Amino acid sequence: MCVLAHVLEDAGIATVVLASMRPVAERMNVPRVLYCEFPLGRPLGMPDNAQFQHRVLAAAFDLLNAPSGPVLVDYPEVVEAVETPLACALPPRYDPDIAPSIDEAQGLRAAYDRAVARRGATEVGRAVDADGVAAALGDLERVAAGEHWKEVYGPRLDTIAIAHDIRAYYQEAALELAGGPPPGARQAEAWFYEETEAGKTLAAARDALTEQEAPSGITFYMQPVGR
Amino acid sequence: MSSDQVMRDMMANLPVPEFESTPWASPPPLSEATVAIVTSAGLHRADQDRFEGRGDTSYRMLDRGDRELILGHWSSNFDRAAYVSDHNVVYPIDRLEQLAADGTIGAVAPRHVAFAGNQPDTVSEVRLDTGPAAAAELRADGVDVAILTPV
Repeated sequence: MCVLAHVLEDAGIATVVLASMRPVAERMNVPRVLYCEFPLGRPLGMPDNAQFQHRVLAAAFDLLNAPSGPVLVDYPEVVEAVETPLACALPPRYDPDIAPSIDEAQGLRAAYDRAVARRGATEVGRAVDADGVAAALGDLERVAAGEHWKEVYGPRLDTIAIAHDIRAYYQEAALELAGGPPPGARQAEAWFYEETEAGKTLAAARDALTEQEAPSGITFYMQPVGR
Repeated sequence: MSSDQVMRDMMANLPVPEFESTPWASPPPLSEATVAIVTSAGLHRADQDRFEGRGDTSYRMLDRGDRELILGHWSSNFDRAAYVSDHNVVYPIDRLEQLAADGTIGAVAPRHVAFAGNQPDTVSEVRLDTGPAAAAELRADGVDVAILTPV
């Protein structure tokens, strides 16, 4: 973003960066920076809160009045992430003949479909669509059980995209089931990784891949840092 | 330590591209300015090409009326649920429409820009090729001010 600020200003467009990494912005001679200490992924701070978002934008536009730069101002309101899992019930075990993660994913399908119908869009689909989530979990179960990843996937394995799609499917279903105002940052993530069978399967598959000495590019982004 | 703090600590000492000076564009008064959003969240319409994994330096032009875009940035290390709840938390297009309606800003740009973050550390292509190309498209639309939103 800071590079683009330079490029845009050079082209005659005045910029304000809503920066989330203060030390990076400090070192790059960026014309106008509003440093916002919000959870990463939320440059405007609070979803479903137009007043909050307008306050951030007003502070950003204020920097356009500075006569010269660089200008770096700290936005005064801080938003902290919430690390406690989202309160969202999981489906009961239904089919004892299939893996718990697959059973669970199938049980969430109706909620996922309602979420997509409501929003008119889905984040699922980078590697698999909703119909492919169960099979994607099945592959991860095989890796977690000890099969070598090249046996399961062949030479190419895009765990970043696979993990993204499974997590997106779960999070969209969970937001629908939980209802109410948007959860705090990291709450849906904590629910997925700490409470769901799919999250546990993903963690077990990552451990197995690490043991198989799969390239770190495959394993690193299966879970957020710190998990 | 929170995941966000881990990420901030990781990024704090990464090498960054060096810029010796600070360019400075002087915009018209805000009430007369055309404002665009430029985001590094990798947003795109369902009918546009997805962003590739690491090192995709391309950009997508988003029309003013587009909503419910797909969040194409591939990192697992930020809150991806907030955007699903409300796109304005990353892409405040409805807020700009309100500010244009009440006269705070002159106009909402007809097109906005999305790049994908997680670029190679030198960011040469964005700096020399795709960044200037996107800037030229915005200038052609009469954009005076850009709000930059990273994830």
